[in-house]
Amino acid sequence: MARRGPLVGEFFMNGDTACAEGGISAGCRFFAGYPITPATEVAERMAARLPEIGGTFIQMEDELASMAAILGASFAGVKAMTSTSGPGFSLMMENLGLGIMLETPCVLVNIQRAGPSTGLPTLTGQGDMMQARWGSHGPYSIIALSPSSPQECYHLTIKAFNLSEKYRTPVLVMADEIVGHMSEKVVIPPPEDITLTPRRKPTVPPEEYVPFQPDADLVPPMANAGEGYRFHVTGLTHDERGYPVMTAEAQDKLVRRLVDKIEKNKADIIEIEEDGIDNADVVVCSYGISARVSRFAIERAREEGIKVGVLRLITVWPFPEERIRQIAQQVKAFVVPEINYGQIALEVERCACGAADTILVPHMGGSAHRPETIIDAIRRAIG
Amino acid sequence: MNNNSSEQRHEIDQYLREDRMPHIWCPGCGLGSVLHCFLNALVKTGIDMDKVVVVSGIGCTGRVAGYVKLDSFHTTHGRAIPFATGLKVANPELEVVVFSGDGDLVAIGGNHLIHAARRNLDMLVLCVNNFNYGMTGGQLGPTTPLEARTTTSPIGNYERPFNVPYLATASGAVYVARWTSMHVRRLEQTINEALQRRGFRFIEVIAPCPPVYGRMNRQPTGMDQMRYYRENSIIRHGADPKEVDIDLNGKIVVGKFIDIERPTYADLQDEIIQRAFGPEAPKREPAKKEATAAGSTPK
Repeated sequence: MARRGPLVGEFFMNGDTACAEGGISAGCRFFAGYPITPATEVAERMAARLPEIGGTFIQMEDELASMAAILGASFAGVKAMTSTSGPGFSLMMENLGLGIMLETPCVLVNIQRAGPSTGLPTLTGQGDMMQARWGSHGPYSIIALSPSSPQECYHLTIKAFNLSEKYRTPVLVMADEIVGHMSEKVVIPPPEDITLTPRRKPTVPPEEYVPFQPDADLVPPMANAGEGYRFHVTGLTHDERGYPVMTAEAQDKLVRRLVDKIEKNKADIIEIEEDGIDNADVVVCSYGISARVSRFAIERAREEGIKVGVLRLITVWPFPEERIRQIAQQVKAFVVPEINYGQIALEVERCACGAADTILVPHMGGSAHRPETIIDAIRRAIG
Repeated sequence: MNNNSSEQRHEIDQYLREDRMPHIWCPGCGLGSVLHCFLNALVKTGIDMDKVVVVSGIGCTGRVAGYVKLDSFHTTHGRAIPFATGLKVANPELEVVVFSGDGDLVAIGGNHLIHAARRNLDMLVLCVNNFNYGMTGGQLGPTTPLEARTTTSPIGNYERPFNVPYLATASGAVYVARWTSMHVRRLEQTINEALQRRGFRFIEVIAPCPPVYGRMNRQPTGMDQMRYYRENSIIRHGADPKEVDIDLNGKIVVGKFIDIERPTYADLQDEIIQRAFGPEAPKREPAKKEATAAGSTPK
C-alpha cells in the first residue's frame, strides 16, 4: 500500500516540480538523474516522492549514465524519466540515439538555460531547440513538447509519456529556466480523469515474437526483459528480429521506419494553439516562455489596430509544416521571437518558402524578451 | 541417413542464437571459450533463464549479447553498466550480467564501473581483457602493459595500465577474480560461484587477441598466447589485488582474490525506506535472492 499516490487538487508549484508530478501522474516509477541548474528541482522532487510510492530515484554519476539507466529501466517494464539542462543535454545525446534505435519509451525533460557551454547556469535560454531535433548523430525523428507554464509542465509531461509509449520512442519536454522556476497554480486532476497510454505488448507467444516487426502504424509491440521473450536489441542497424545487418538495404528499411513512424503520425502528435489567425496580417509564432511574453506584445499591437494572429507551438518537433505553409499563403509575415539567434525561425522560413516573410526576434538568453522588441518586429512586419 | 548422432545437442546450444553463426570473432580469439564457460556455469546454477539479462557495450566482447538466446542488450560504448543499473534497479527480479571488454568497461566506461562497485549493485560483470582495442584493429587501451606495441603505441606503450582487479576491489566490489581463457574449468567454476553471490561481482578474464595484440607483441597465434598463459599463470587465491599487476609478457596472477559480503544497493535502499516510512512503507518488488555465503575456499 503506497503511503501517498499521485497528488490531487490545486497546488502552488514551480514548473520543475510540476514536471516531476506530471511524471508521477503518468506512472513514472524510475528516475535517474544528475544535479544541474536549473533542472535540479525535478530530481529533488522525484527523490522525495518516488520512495514513498514504491518507485526508485537514483542519482547517477553523470548524464551519460542517467540516460542509459532510464533506457534499461524502461526495458524492465517501468516508466522512466530523467531531467537535465544544456551541458547535461549534450551528454544525453549519446544514449538518446540509443533510445531511438532501440525504440525505448522514456521521457527527458530539458529545463533550458543559456549556452553555449556552461553559459548562464541560472538564467533562461531556448538554445537547445535544434539540438533537440538533431543533437544525436545520424538521421532520425523526434517528438519534443514545449510548455509555457507550470500547469503545462504537468500536462505535457503526462502527454510525453503517452506519446513515448504509443510511438515507442524517447520524448523530450523542452521547458526553459523561467517556466521551470516560476511558481503558479497547478491543478492536478484525480487519477481516473487522466488518460494514460499503456505499453503495446506482444500478442504472440515468445517463439513467434519478432521484436521489431511493426504494426500498421509502424510501431512494433514491445516485450519487457524477464517475461520470457528472450529478445535481443542492438544499437547497430538491425532487421526485424533485432539482429545486426550491415547493409545499405537494412539501413534504409530501418531508418525510414524510425522516421516515418513519427512523421506519418504527425496529425496525431502535433498540438498547436492558435488565436486570431483567420484574418491576421502577421502571425507571431513562438513557444515556451517566449510565447507568453509575446502575448503582451500582441495585445499592444492589436490595440494599435494591427491584425496579429498567434501560433504557439506546444509540439515543436515534429514541426507543423503543413499548417505553417497554409498560414503563409494568407499573411504578410511571421514574427518569431525565441531566446537564441534563430532556430525555430529557420523552420518557419523553410515552410513559409517565400510566401510570407519570416522576421526573427532573437534574444541571446539570460532573460526573456522585452515586449517592445516584439512589438517593433510586428510593426516592421506590416511595413 | 542416421541422424542419431547429428541430432545430439549440447546443453548450452538452446541458449545460443545459432541463426547468427558463424560469429565474427577471429581464429584464436578467447571469446568463444569465455562464452562457453559462462553458459555452462549459468546452466549449472539452475537460475530461471527467462530472468537472466545479458548487457554488453561495444567492441569484440560487446558482441556476446547478440549471440546469447536470452534477453540481451547491445548498448553504447562504455554504457553497459548504467544500462544494466536501470534494468536491475527497476526490476530486482532480473539476474543481470554485464559482459564486455576492458576498453569498454575500464576506459570509456571506467566511471560507471567504479560507481556501480561503490553502490554494490547486484550484478555480475565479466570483463574480457585482451590488452587492446581489438575491434578497431589493435589500439592502446587502459590495460595495455607498459612497452607493449599497439597501432597507437607503435614504439611501445609509455602509459601505466590499470590493475583491473585492484580497481574493482578498491571501488567496492564484493567478489573479484581473474582467470585466463585457458583456465576453462576454473573459470566456469568461478562464474558459477559468482552467479550465486549477491552484490557487485567482477571477474577479469585475460584472453588472446592473436591477429592484432598478439601479432604486435611476439605471440602471433592463439596457441602462442595459450602457451604464454600456461607457462606464466600463477594461481594465488586470496592474493592482495594490489599485487596482481601484469607486465608485458610477464607473470599473470590468477585466482579468486575477494569474496566478502556487504549490503547491496537494494538492501540499503529497503532499509532506509523502512526506517523512513515504517509499517506504511510502500511495497517493493522482491529484491532478495537465495545467495550463497561469501568466503568459500576454491577447489
